Amino acid sequence: MKEKIAEYFFLICSLISIGAVALICFFIFRGAYPAVQTVGLWPFLTGGLWKPTDIPPLFGIFNMIVGSVYVTAGACLIGVPVGVFTAVYMAKYCPQKIYAGMSQLVSLLAGIPSIIYGFFGMMLIVPFIADNFSGNGNSVLAASIVLGVMVLPTIIKVSEVSLKAVPKTYYEGALALGATKEQSIFFVLIPAAKSGILTGIVLGIGRAIGETMAVVMVAGNANILPETIFKSVRTLTANIVLEMGYASGTHFDAIVATGAVLFVFILLLNLVLGVINKGSKTAGT
Amino acid sequence: MNLHYGAFHALHNVNLGIDENEITAFIGPSGCGKSTLLKSLNRMNDLVQTCRITGKITLDGEDIYGNIDVNMLRKRMGMVFQKPNPFPMSIYDNVAYGPRTHGIKKKSELDRIVEESLKNAAIWDEVKDRLKKSALAVSGGQQQRLCIARALAVKPEVLLLDEPTSALDPISTVKIEDLLLELRERYTIVIVTHNMGQAARISDKTAFFLHGEIVESGLTMDIFSNPSDRKTEDYITGRFG
Repeated sequence: MKEKIAEYFFLICSLISIGAVALICFFIFRGAYPAVQTVGLWPFLTGGLWKPTDIPPLFGIFNMIVGSVYVTAGACLIGVPVGVFTAVYMAKYCPQKIYAGMSQLVSLLAGIPSIIYGFFGMMLIVPFIADNFSGNGNSVLAASIVLGVMVLPTIIKVSEVSLKAVPKTYYEGALALGATKEQSIFFVLIPAAKSGILTGIVLGIGRAIGETMAVVMVAGNANILPETIFKSVRTLTANIVLEMGYASGTHFDAIVATGAVLFVFILLLNLVLGVINKGSKTAGT
Repeated sequence: MNLHYGAFHALHNVNLGIDENEITAFIGPSGCGKSTLLKSLNRMNDLVQTCRITGKITLDGEDIYGNIDVNMLRKRMGMVFQKPNPFPMSIYDNVAYGPRTHGIKKKSELDRIVEESLKNAAIWDEVKDRLKKSALAVSGGQQQRLCIARALAVKPEVLLLDEPTSALDPISTVKIEDLLLELRERYTIVIVTHNMGQAARISDKTAFFLHGEIVESGLTMDIFSNPSDRKTEDYITGRFG
């Protein structure tokens, strides 16, 4: 009897989590539907003009989709190499003495609120870009750098764990063949930890594409298709948060639909994760 | 030579010559230092931070702890571990890993080395149709012969084997023993083993270790038929260990 009660309790907890996901899915797509019906799916996704106050209003989020992809790709260009190599350092080079401190600092990086990252970008990176390159500094580049730093802890932690999980015998086997430490790491260790590292990267991408506050603070948010990395950019998330406060009617629906598009991106990333994990399972046996 | 792990004196005044083109077996109970000595020969003990070695180990007269390239040393001294440890990649890539590491890029050259190494390790016929398949998919015994092939692919002079059959079934063990007897013609082989029968069957020379010392070493025949030390006799007749 007691066991049954415990079982039901755990079941209810699980249902709450699953229910939350299901509800979010349902409401975001239901909320998005009216906008898609009014504007049309294709014009909505591929339209370059977003003029909610014009008569008739225009709702095209193409620039923002591209914007989100740009800053996320930029974040990867910065965050992936730095993150993966930091993980390699922590897993294979770092002296015991500084490991604990370093590990804690990485965890701290994960805990910093995004608005603080935003300030960091506003006060340091934006002025730096304005002074040394073109434009006023609010740009694709600034957003990419801030996001690149923000995804570091995710990439570092997950990669480090998977690098450490690689059997020591692989590393020793490579060394015993006369490979240098670097050759052993790059051609045996990293390939063996590949699925874990990829998981970290995908999780990092998820974080970058969904990040809002820090991006709004440094991206400039103009609804244009940026021609250079020094130009302003508006992401999907920025579009939502900037206009949510005063939107109504179709405008509001279109904003929810923007969120739905973002949600689809996240679903796709999850799909990729599933494939990676499945691949690692079959390769591991 | 002497070897310490931190404060622990793991090898005491070990003095041993290993002859070319012979199989030398290290026997003795667990923790006696035989694997430690083996790992000192290709400096895998360098990975243990607290490890300290005094004295000298020479290969062809050259002090291997002197001013030498460790990676070249390890290339000359192939090592096979207790647990088969093929890399999680294809059979081909496993064998080609060493040569690639040492700068061989030409496909035809790699193909030749891979085939030759697998043939020398007596596993070619079993895997030739699935070279592109994962090395982790073959049996434990095949994995171990694959590891031997991988070691042979870098053209070593010496093969160091650390209990290479202890994780394998009897049939695989016999295959590996036969293989080692064949390889003796071309390589100098040092094998650490727990299996007394194995030492007696395949080795030319045997060294018996106890508590970090070599109690007795010499021709395998003599050690097994007429040990000069009481402790050796007790061990090989199974009274302890």
